[in-house]
Amino acid sequence: MTARPVAAGLAIDNLSVVYDEFTAVDNVSIRVEPGQSFGIVGESGSGKSTILRAVCGLAPRTAGAVSLVAPPGDRTGALPAPGSREFRRRVQMVFQDPYGSLHPRQTIDRTLAEPLAIHRMGDAETRIERALDEVGLGKGFRFRYPHQLSGGQRQRVAIARALILEPQILLLDEPTSALDASVQAEVLNLLEEMRRRHGLTFVLVSHDLAVVTHMCERLMVMQRGRRVEELSADDLALSRVSDPYTQRLMVASRGFRRGGPEAA
Amino acid sequence: MNGPSVADMLVVDDLRVAFPNREGGMTEAVRGVSFRLGRERLGIVGESGSGKSQTGRAILGLTAPEGRVTANRMEFDGIDLLHSSARQRRALRGGRIAMVLQDPKFSLNPVMSIGDQIVETLDAHARVSRREARDRALETLRQVQIDNPERVFDLYPHEVSGGMGQRAMIAMMLIADPDLLIADEPTSALDVTVQLQLLAILDRLVTDRGMGLVFISHDLRLVSTFCDRILVMYAGKVVEELSAGGLQDAQHPYTRGLVNCLPRLGEHRHPLPTLDRRPEWAL
Repeated sequence: MTARPVAAGLAIDNLSVVYDEFTAVDNVSIRVEPGQSFGIVGESGSGKSTILRAVCGLAPRTAGAVSLVAPPGDRTGALPAPGSREFRRRVQMVFQDPYGSLHPRQTIDRTLAEPLAIHRMGDAETRIERALDEVGLGKGFRFRYPHQLSGGQRQRVAIARALILEPQILLLDEPTSALDASVQAEVLNLLEEMRRRHGLTFVLVSHDLAVVTHMCERLMVMQRGRRVEELSADDLALSRVSDPYTQRLMVASRGFRRGGPEAA
Repeated sequence: MNGPSVADMLVVDDLRVAFPNREGGMTEAVRGVSFRLGRERLGIVGESGSGKSQTGRAILGLTAPEGRVTANRMEFDGIDLLHSSARQRRALRGGRIAMVLQDPKFSLNPVMSIGDQIVETLDAHARVSRREARDRALETLRQVQIDNPERVFDLYPHEVSGGMGQRAMIAMMLIADPDLLIADEPTSALDVTVQLQLLAILDRLVTDRGMGLVFISHDLRLVSTFCDRILVMYAGKVVEELSAGGLQDAQHPYTRGLVNCLPRLGEHRHPLPTLDRRPEWAL
């Protein structure tokens, strides 16, 4: 394995994303230290995925700034700005739906070769085989098509596609919500191992509080484009939450209760 | 209530559903499922490919035409479902046995207003005037806790949220006053808080109307908190039956594995235990 650049964090300052009349993200700031894992929790339409999309340039930034954070004492010089090719290499995304995010007519080999070509990284053969080994698939999967793979295997390909560019930050948008529970555990374990091995920084978006507290040290709860509160995973686990919306999410995550508040 | 008696509204004995495979043979998706259902909430839990949805579809007679359904017995209120004609099945379907599917985005007709779709269901099963049909549709929308039924009646599916769409779906099923509701992942496309609201609505309807409910889901935690009884399916078979809240007492290694591999609030387990699928479970 080649020596990797040191970890980088991510700072989002007063980000807003506005589509016509609709404000998808309303003045949100977060700071993720290098090597940290940060979670964003919320329901549909809360703007959680839009934040990730705005970071990697898939959604317009109406206001605010996104920047990389160097680890303390690091003097390697200027960090790439969002939108630059180097920023895009260092910040990679894994999407929710492995059925939709892989090109159905391209082999796994082509899916993995394309980012390497875009970023002019040589030695494609070795890198592709290594990436497939790393995510537990092996060379045998190289010339298969997505339809020949299970959901969990496809998500491993999506992770390999992100990791092959040796990124510093992974943006994970509901990476396991389309998967069966047993497959979810395998993919979460893989992500944690990759984070440890490569010193990655994670920003994980999920509607599942248990998944976020399992994967992240800190998290932000969002509702209707706004930040509700930011807290540590331990606070959440011990029910040390102040906002009623977060409390509602917590109760909901425990399942159905006959005569619960919804029955009213 | 003068519907079927409590014990045997639905009897399924050794149900098998098979589909042709590429080798020219048949592959069994459901391999000998048996259960009885009264006026209760029965959960069927399993992962993709476990046969849970095919079990529900076979009861309704909605198995794809190339599929083959066999059983020792499959009866609803004493009616032999295996040997009834397409016409008899059609009369039951939607009328006495209703189904709610996962995603309202795909299961509602996109070019028909919600109210018209509900009225269409009623027209298929009862002779009523336009006026009465509309009134009953509005009343049903009210029963699924839609605050402003007149407004929602005229809306199209793309104009409503997922939770509202799913309420409309449930309203559509209820208007014919079925005895049995088969709900296949009815809340999986919805947010957690909306999920619970819908379950509370379903729960009340089942209790008030004395309906039977088959609740098919991949979500073990949700089903175990909602249903009276749970069948756990794996590879086309029921591997275990659990009573409400009896998740902790699960005996089968598959069920236990499934419970264990879920991350839990307030527990640090790194890495998460994974499921070691034993070939003998699928025997």
